[in-house]
Amino acid sequence: MMSIQNKLGLAALAALAASPAAAQEAVGLDDKINQAFADFTGPFVSFIFAPFPGTGFPWIVGWLVVAATVFTLYFAFVQLRFFSHAISLVKGDYSDPNDAGEVSHFQALATALSGTVGLGNIAGVAVAVGIGGPGATFWMIVAGLLGMASKFTECTLGVKYRNEYEDGTVSGGPMYYMSKGFNELGLPGGKILAVLFSIFCILGALGGGNMFQANQAHQQIAGIVGDYPGWITGLVFAGIVFAVIVGGLKSIARVTEKVVPFMGVMYVAAALVIILMNADQIGWAFGQIFAGAFTGLGVAGGMVGALIQGFRRAAFSNEAGVGSAAIAHSAVRTKEPITEGFVSLLEPFIDTVVICTMTALVIIITQQLIVDPETGNYMLNEAGNAIATVDGNTGVSLTSAAFGSAFSWFPFILAIAVVLFAFSTMISWSYYGLKAWTYLFGEGHTKELVFKVIFCIFVVIGAAANLGPVIDFSDAAIFAMAVVNVFALYFLMKVVRQELASYAERLKSGEIRKFEH
Amino acid sequence: MTTKIVIGLDGTETGERAIAFAKDLAGRIGECELLVVYVIEWSPFTFQTPEENAMRHKRREEEVELATSRIIAPAVEALKAAGFEAQGIVRHGDVAETLNTITVENGGSQIVVGRASADGFKKRLFGSSTQNLVMHADVPVTVVN
Repeated sequence: MMSIQNKLGLAALAALAASPAAAQEAVGLDDKINQAFADFTGPFVSFIFAPFPGTGFPWIVGWLVVAATVFTLYFAFVQLRFFSHAISLVKGDYSDPNDAGEVSHFQALATALSGTVGLGNIAGVAVAVGIGGPGATFWMIVAGLLGMASKFTECTLGVKYRNEYEDGTVSGGPMYYMSKGFNELGLPGGKILAVLFSIFCILGALGGGNMFQANQAHQQIAGIVGDYPGWITGLVFAGIVFAVIVGGLKSIARVTEKVVPFMGVMYVAAALVIILMNADQIGWAFGQIFAGAFTGLGVAGGMVGALIQGFRRAAFSNEAGVGSAAIAHSAVRTKEPITEGFVSLLEPFIDTVVICTMTALVIIITQQLIVDPETGNYMLNEAGNAIATVDGNTGVSLTSAAFGSAFSWFPFILAIAVVLFAFSTMISWSYYGLKAWTYLFGEGHTKELVFKVIFCIFVVIGAAANLGPVIDFSDAAIFAMAVVNVFALYFLMKVVRQELASYAERLKSGEIRKFEH
Repeated sequence: MTTKIVIGLDGTETGERAIAFAKDLAGRIGECELLVVYVIEWSPFTFQTPEENAMRHKRREEEVELATSRIIAPAVEALKAAGFEAQGIVRHGDVAETLNTITVENGGSQIVVGRASADGFKKRLFGSSTQNLVMHADVPVTVVN
């Protein structure tokens, strides 16, 4: 299989490699794009990730975790109390057969998940575990469980305050609940928040939802066919994305949307098989996770290092509090906005508590992280900023090596999965970005086209830039969305509490009941 | 008591034969109401893009409008013109399951459908809607060839 892949790759690149001077120039172009990008985004990234004075703890991570904790307490552990109800909703138990043909709860959940399940679960977790050690997994799970309440809050509001147009289409998301919700409560500043959120959402769409994806997709393809300039992958990807979002070539999007869930299921299944193959190590692995969570087991930054990595990657992966899911979920036509909130709280659970944990367990259980036999602690790499790994792998290649140690063919499947996940995430985020764009500039064909073209240009830039600046900017832009969104959620959460109380009462009284199917 | 016969249409000529058979049957029974149903094949468990979701309500309205104006309304009018009491329903869902549900909801005593025209691979794998209906319906089903 490898030889076929290599041959295909070599054949594809033969034309480019024909002239060494051209290739060198191309690599030079990559460097220039990279440097310009890093210089331009540096101050913004530094601000978002600034630590609390005198500590190494980024304020933004604290901001998200405090928010998730506040929502968890304010809604009295809604993520536990309504977990099984959320599953009933997704199964369609409460769906009126007369509404058949509208977007179902399952479809809204699947669409939102396809925007979040992806590289965060594969590459992000590897980065977190590689730097923060197994203990990062523990904090990641904690952040995932708490994040369910943030997601619940924002998605309920997303549906409640969406815009429904005469032609039957809908637009929703944080920018709408900020402006309409604040107005309803007689609070000032909703419009300003909405504009700020929209700006950050556009940046997030271009960063985490686009450049990071293009970058990682390129790394994967280059890993299989050999190194070549990133802008080539960028151009190909940009062409496909352009065909889908501008040309309306729905078939590609449809195929991706169908393949991605199967890839996700296959990924979890493969992880489970590997974990079961090493069943005798499961106890040890969890021991490492718990011990690492509170001592760090020698990682850079100790316990705090593990905690920061875990929280940071969970937030990036499941996007709870970021506001993106509120845009995706607002398409559901339901008489009860809160039902969409219940359904959405499953997202961080599936994304982080299940899938991310699987990745982490596989990396730990296949012993990719090198332990010092004398101390039992993890050994650091030469730079001293991450744990030394077998063959020095990081990011996707660490996950790939972990799965590959059990199934030699899996890295190829993973490469395909990463590329597909990257693509489906891009399609989702192009929509989120577009909604923010049209909120700012108004709906209209030309205006939408401008954003879509910009989006495609950033695919090329993302594929060409180095991972460092891209991942920093991606995180920063997405977290900037969370700054504004969470701020608004604090003011609007009482609206959600009223909805919750009313719904819970009607559910208890039997007014809301299951339909016979 | 009025007997209610449900006629499942699929927009093809087999539907015409089902209507003809049901008319004949209704004529023999006497006091009889005909319920003409078109089910738009749809599953709540498919995967869609965010844009498709945002457009979904609009598409649904269009689908219902199209099925009503092209298939159901002409059929109901023709039945009424022929002196029968007739009504039409368009709904989304799994064809066999939804036809059965509508029949039970409306107190229908039997279902008449044309032979399904599903082809090849899909039919082998999942069985046709007609087969599923015959297997699972709560009332007698007549399949017209």
